[in-house]
Amino acid sequence: MLEIRELFAKVEGKQILNGLSLNIGPGEVHAIMGPNGSGKSTLGNVLTGREGYEVLSGDVKFKGKDLFELDVEERAREGLFLAFQYPVEIPGVSNMEFLKASVDARRKHLGLPELSSFDFMKLARETTQKVNLDPAFLKRGVNEGFSGGEKKRNEILQMMLLEPSLCILDETDSGLDIDALQVVAAGVNAMRSADRSFIVVTHYQRLLDYIVPDYVHVLAGGKIVRTGDKELAKELEARGYGWLEQEGV
Amino acid sequence: MSEQVESLIRKEYAAGFHSAIESDTLPPGLNEDTVRFISAQKQEPQWMLDWRLKAFRAWKEMTEPTWAHVHYPQIDFQSISYYSAPKSMKDRPKSLDEVDPELLATYAKLGIPLHEQEALAGVAVDAVFDSVSVVTTFREKLHEAGVIFCPISEAVREYPELVQKYLGSVVPQKDNFYAALNSAVFSDGSFVYIPKGVRCPMELSTYFRINELNTGQFERTLIIADEGSHVSYLEGCTAPMRDENQLHAAVVELVALDDAQIKYSTVQNWYPGDKEGKGGIYNFVTKRGVAHKNARISWTQVETGSAVTWKYPSCVLKGDNSVGEFYSVALTNNFQQADTGTKMIHIGKNTRSTIVAKGISAGRSNSAYRGLVRINPSATGARNYTQCDSLLIGDRCGAHTFPYIENKNSTAVIEHEATTSKVSDDQLFLCQQRGLDAEKAVSMIVNGFCREVFKELPMEFAVEAGKLLEVSLEGSVG
Repeated sequence: MLEIRELFAKVEGKQILNGLSLNIGPGEVHAIMGPNGSGKSTLGNVLTGREGYEVLSGDVKFKGKDLFELDVEERAREGLFLAFQYPVEIPGVSNMEFLKASVDARRKHLGLPELSSFDFMKLARETTQKVNLDPAFLKRGVNEGFSGGEKKRNEILQMMLLEPSLCILDETDSGLDIDALQVVAAGVNAMRSADRSFIVVTHYQRLLDYIVPDYVHVLAGGKIVRTGDKELAKELEARGYGWLEQEGV
Repeated sequence: MSEQVESLIRKEYAAGFHSAIESDTLPPGLNEDTVRFISAQKQEPQWMLDWRLKAFRAWKEMTEPTWAHVHYPQIDFQSISYYSAPKSMKDRPKSLDEVDPELLATYAKLGIPLHEQEALAGVAVDAVFDSVSVVTTFREKLHEAGVIFCPISEAVREYPELVQKYLGSVVPQKDNFYAALNSAVFSDGSFVYIPKGVRCPMELSTYFRINELNTGQFERTLIIADEGSHVSYLEGCTAPMRDENQLHAAVVELVALDDAQIKYSTVQNWYPGDKEGKGGIYNFVTKRGVAHKNARISWTQVETGSAVTWKYPSCVLKGDNSVGEFYSVALTNNFQQADTGTKMIHIGKNTRSTIVAKGISAGRSNSAYRGLVRINPSATGARNYTQCDSLLIGDRCGAHTFPYIENKNSTAVIEHEATTSKVSDDQLFLCQQRGLDAEKAVSMIVNGFCREVFKELPMEFAVEAGKLLEVSLEGSVG
């Protein structure tokens, strides 16, 4: 699904990723943890092609294609999805319009016909219920006046509608109460399948109680310093990151 | 100069009114003889000529206003030709093959049907497609309702008592420099009269007055809604209009008598000049309505064209309980400049006004909102709500807001909200990460920003206005 080899990248003149390598197979869930400033969010932004994130060297293959050859929107249409840590508001643009345009763009790329407004509306309404959002949210502006939890659930709604191949969840658990966290996790779990992979970026082990990862990676100083299974996350929760740094890895 | 004019006038009289019109174009220049010539061409009665001359004499004493936040080279009013006869069929493009391909590309993007493209581009088609029958049924239907909808030149001859009573009653000849100029030399425009208690059976649109498409640079419109009547009037079209005239100075007067309602919607998309800021129309327009008791006047405008726009559709809320509304989207790109807004003059008791103005600036353009809310001492219980929002795209454009509030009645409630925002990189990135390309993303964000105004437009107009923004914003990102 995704092969990252020796990735170096900088943001605002500062080198953040220092030779990161990671392989993600189809159907796998990888959790990435690590201290503040270790490059966790940078990874998602570099992979999706956000402006201001400069790749210095290394290469990334996404479903066999050279990721850096693709524009931001082409990567998205190929099935790369980023659930934002801080979803931005777009006043006046209805969620429905935005979602339909996104889904149409993806379907067109896949050579599928556009969904009729009627079919799309039906699908969107059903999906809002899966993430415990009132269908009335579809008529509101994108994230306009949504609470923190509603914004995150809206991200999961988008993910469900777009059916991406690789989903990056960037601290989706931050600022969520336990109920919202469960809704988000249930949404992700329902999406898990043999041909869809996830990168779950988080600070806390708590989320991983609900979304059980196949692998847990610790990112420090811009590269992966340790890889384990879900037990590693528990150890980190108990001991913090300091011991890893002391071991000098 | 005047000799030339005189000889033209003489020739005109010798040849008779109709035949001469085909070939005559006045040489550049403006004096009383020019005014007389225009009036004669239109076969106007003496009172109309006198009215024009009064305006002309006033104009000579006036100076061009310079307070607007726009910059353009000084206009030499003597270098303009003030009368150009309708183009004869042989001077017009024979087919769309002879029309600027860039213009046609824009029509195509807007989804304008071929026969409409021909009309817009001024292609010589004898009987203009099958809309002749459309126009005929349209006229019959209006006639049954007693609605008068005709060129103003025709109204001057056919309905002199209405024209004499109301022309200049809202925008007097001496109102301002451009209004005075228009009053002296106006070429043509629309006249509408809705009788008492009649709800106009359809939206009136200049599009149906195909014979008047080429009204030239000094258009004059007068709409009278008699007591208890309703009318919705659509002006302009969403495709860029082919026009060689650099200066446009139009006047629109609305009269809403007791309990009447007038809704006036404009989509202005005159040629904005090229990407380097060369060429383009100077659009200096005076639009104003008077609302009598319980009447309502609503202006909705989408302004995306012209190199320079200077336009303030206004409402004089004269009668008690009258309502004035102004909903505006002004978009400027490249080197365009717009100084636009409204005036709400509250005179009657319990008068209400709403202003929603959205300015969008892209490229190196500048847009300004300029608005006046005046509450007279007599306007007890008046209310105003103003909201002006500016949206910037890129970092080389400008947005300015000049609100003026004059309140002379302590019972008035006046609210003003203003915001300035940018299309943020974060918004763009969200859209692109969901698979939308940057241009689609910007147009979606801008359409969202304009939503409150678009919902005031008649349905098909709103859809076209959205598409128009998309086309006007092309090249503003990336």
